[in-house]
Amino acid sequence: MGDMTIRLAGYSRRIAWRPWRLAGLSLLTCVVIALVSLACGRVWLPPGEWLAGLKRGEGAIWLIVTQLRLPRVVLAAEVGGALALSGWILQQVLRNPLASPDTLGLSGGASAAVVAYLALAAGQGGAWVRPVAAIAGALLVVASVYALALRGGRVTPYRLILIGVGMGALAGAVVTLMLIVGRAELASSAYVWLVGSVYGANRADAVTLGGLLALVLLFGVPLIRYALLAPLDDALAAGIGVSVPASRLALIGVASLLAGLAIAWGGAMAFVGLFAPHLARRWVAVSGSAQALAAVAIGASVVMSADLVGRTLFLPLDLPAGIFVAAVGAPFFIGLLIRETRTS
Amino acid sequence: MTSIRADELTLGYGRKTVVEGLTLDVPDGATTVIIGGNGSGKSTLLLALGRLLVPSRGRVLLAGADIQRSPTREIARRLALLPQQPRTPEAMTVRQLVALGRHPYQSWLAQWSQRDERMVERAMQRADVADLADRVVDTLSGGQRQRVWIALAVAQDTPLLLLDEPISFLDPAHQLDVLDLLRTLNRETRKTVVMVLHDLNLAARYGDHIIGMRDGRIVAEGTPETVMTADNVRAIFDLVCRIVPDPCVGTPMCVPVGRAL
Ligand SMILES: Nc1ncnc2c1ncn2[C@@H]1O[C@H](COP(=O)(O)OP(=O)(O)O)[C@@H](O)[C@H]1O
Ligand SMILES: [Mg+2]
Repeated sequence: MGDMTIRLAGYSRRIAWRPWRLAGLSLLTCVVIALVSLACGRVWLPPGEWLAGLKRGEGAIWLIVTQLRLPRVVLAAEVGGALALSGWILQQVLRNPLASPDTLGLSGGASAAVVAYLALAAGQGGAWVRPVAAIAGALLVVASVYALALRGGRVTPYRLILIGVGMGALAGAVVTLMLIVGRAELASSAYVWLVGSVYGANRADAVTLGGLLALVLLFGVPLIRYALLAPLDDALAAGIGVSVPASRLALIGVASLLAGLAIAWGGAMAFVGLFAPHLARRWVAVSGSAQALAAVAIGASVVMSADLVGRTLFLPLDLPAGIFVAAVGAPFFIGLLIRETRTS
Repeated sequence: MTSIRADELTLGYGRKTVVEGLTLDVPDGATTVIIGGNGSGKSTLLLALGRLLVPSRGRVLLAGADIQRSPTREIARRLALLPQQPRTPEAMTVRQLVALGRHPYQSWLAQWSQRDERMVERAMQRADVADLADRVVDTLSGGQRQRVWIALAVAQDTPLLLLDEPISFLDPAHQLDVLDLLRTLNRETRKTVVMVLHDLNLAARYGDHIIGMRDGRIVAEGTPETVMTADNVRAIFDLVCRIVPDPCVGTPMCVPVGRAL
C-alpha cells in the first residue's frame, strides 16, 4: 500500500503513506489559512504585495505584516495547536473520547490561577509568573480530578469527566470571586483573556511561547509512542514491556504543560482541545503520530480562523477569537455527549 | 534455558484468595496445557507466571530469578503472554498491532529494524493474518482478531509463550491451524508453550504435559495418558465420561456421559 521504510544508521521507521498524506493535507490547510490571515485585516494586502513589502524589510507594509499580523497569527496557531495536542494526548491516554483540557477542568484550573494572580498581585512579579501560575493551576486540577476519580485502583471515563466538569465549575467560581475582589479595571481585561484572545500579541509573546512549547515537545515527542500504546489492555502493554502507570502519568503531565502554556498566552479557547483531536481522528482513521500532527494542524487552523473572523468581520470591533471557537465547540461537545451516552 | 517455575504461590484479588500455596515446575521446551472448570484459577495462575499479578506469597522464578524483581523489558524478551480477552484498540491496523510485539527490542530511534520487519511479516504469515495487514483491527471478526493477537505474541519472539484460551473464538479449522503453529514453534525452535484450553481432546492431542486445576489447586498433573482418566476428569470437572483412544492419533479422548451428581 505504498508504505515507506526509512533506515539510516540506528534510525528506523515505517511510514504509512495514507495517514501522513492526510496529515500533510491538514498542515497545508493550516498554512493557507495563515497566509490568508496575513493578507486580511483593516488593510487588505494581496500576497504579492506583502511578499514584496517583506523583501524590502521596511515601510508600512513590512510593519503591518511582521509587527502586527505575524505575531498574532503565529500565537493563534501555537495556542490552538498546543490545546489540540493536549486534548489528543488526554483522549488517547485516558481511552476517553470526551477527555480534553476543558472537560477535565484543566482549562478552568489554569484560568482561575491566572486570574487570581492578576487580581491579587496585579500582574506584578515578572513575565514568568503568569505561565507558571497557569501550569500550576492545570496540574493541581488534573491531579485532584484524577485522585477523586480513582476508585479501587481504577478510573472510569464517566466519573473522570463528571468530576472534571465539577472541578471546572469550581474553578469558574474562583474566577468570579477574584474578579469581584480584584480592582475594577482588571475585570474587563481579564474577561477578554478568559474567553481566549490573541489580541495585541507581539513578537516576544510568539517567540517565548514557541520556545517553551518546543521545550515541552522535546520531552513529549518521544512519549507519543506510549500514547499509542495506551488504548491497549494494561496487561498486554505490560506484557510487551511498557510500564503503563508511569507512561500514563508522564503523558498527562505533558498534556497539562501544553494546555497551561497555551492558556497563559491565549486564554481558554473553549473546546479546541476537544474537537480538534476528534476531527483528526475522523480524518486520519489510524492512530499514530500522523493523527497527532493532524490534530495540531486542525487546532491551529481553528484558532487562526476564529481570530481572523473576530478581527475582520466586525470592524471596527476586534472580537476575541474564543467567542467563535466556543460557538463551534459547545454544540459539538453537546452532540458528542449525546452520542456517547447513546452508545454506552 | 528459560525454565519457569512457581514456588508456593498464593494469588488473589484484594482480600479474596484464588490460588493458595501452588508449586509448579513447567517442563522446558514442552507444551503444557492447563485445564479446569470456569473460575478454577487458570487465568490467575497464567497472569502470575507472566508477572502481571503480584503474588501475595511465594515467587515465580524465571531462569532462577524472581520475576517480580527483574526488569520489565528483560522479561518481555523472554516471555510473551496473551491475556484471555484483550481489549481491542480501535483505530490500529493489524500490522501496527502485531508490530507492538517488537516493542521490547526497540528504542525511540530504532522502531522498524530489518529484524523487526522480518519477524512481524513472518508472524503475520504464520498466524494467517498477512492478508489483513492493512485492515483496522476493530473491523475484524472475533476469530480473525484472535489470530492477530497470536501473531503479536509470536512476533515478540520469546522462548516462552503463555496463552490464555488462544483458540476459544476460532472455527475448528483455524483452531487446528493455531495449535499446529504452536506445535511447530515448539518443535522447531524449542519454545516452551503454556496454554489454557477448554477442549480436553485437543489438550490431550497437543499437550506434552497436562495440568488439571480445581479451586485454585492442581488436582492432577502429568502426561495426557496419566491425567486423562475418567477419575481425574470427574475430580476436575464433576463430569462423568468414558475415555477412548483418539481414532486419529491414539491420545486419550473423553466422551462425556453427564454431570456427576
Ligand atoms: N479481576 C478480578 N477481581 C476479582 N476477582 C477475580 C478477578 N479475576 C478473576 N477473579 C476471580 O478469581 C477466580 C478465578 O478466576 P480465573 O483465574 O479467571 O478463572 P479461570 O480462568 O480458571 O476461569 C474466580 O472466582 C473469579 O471470579
Ligand atoms: Mg480464564
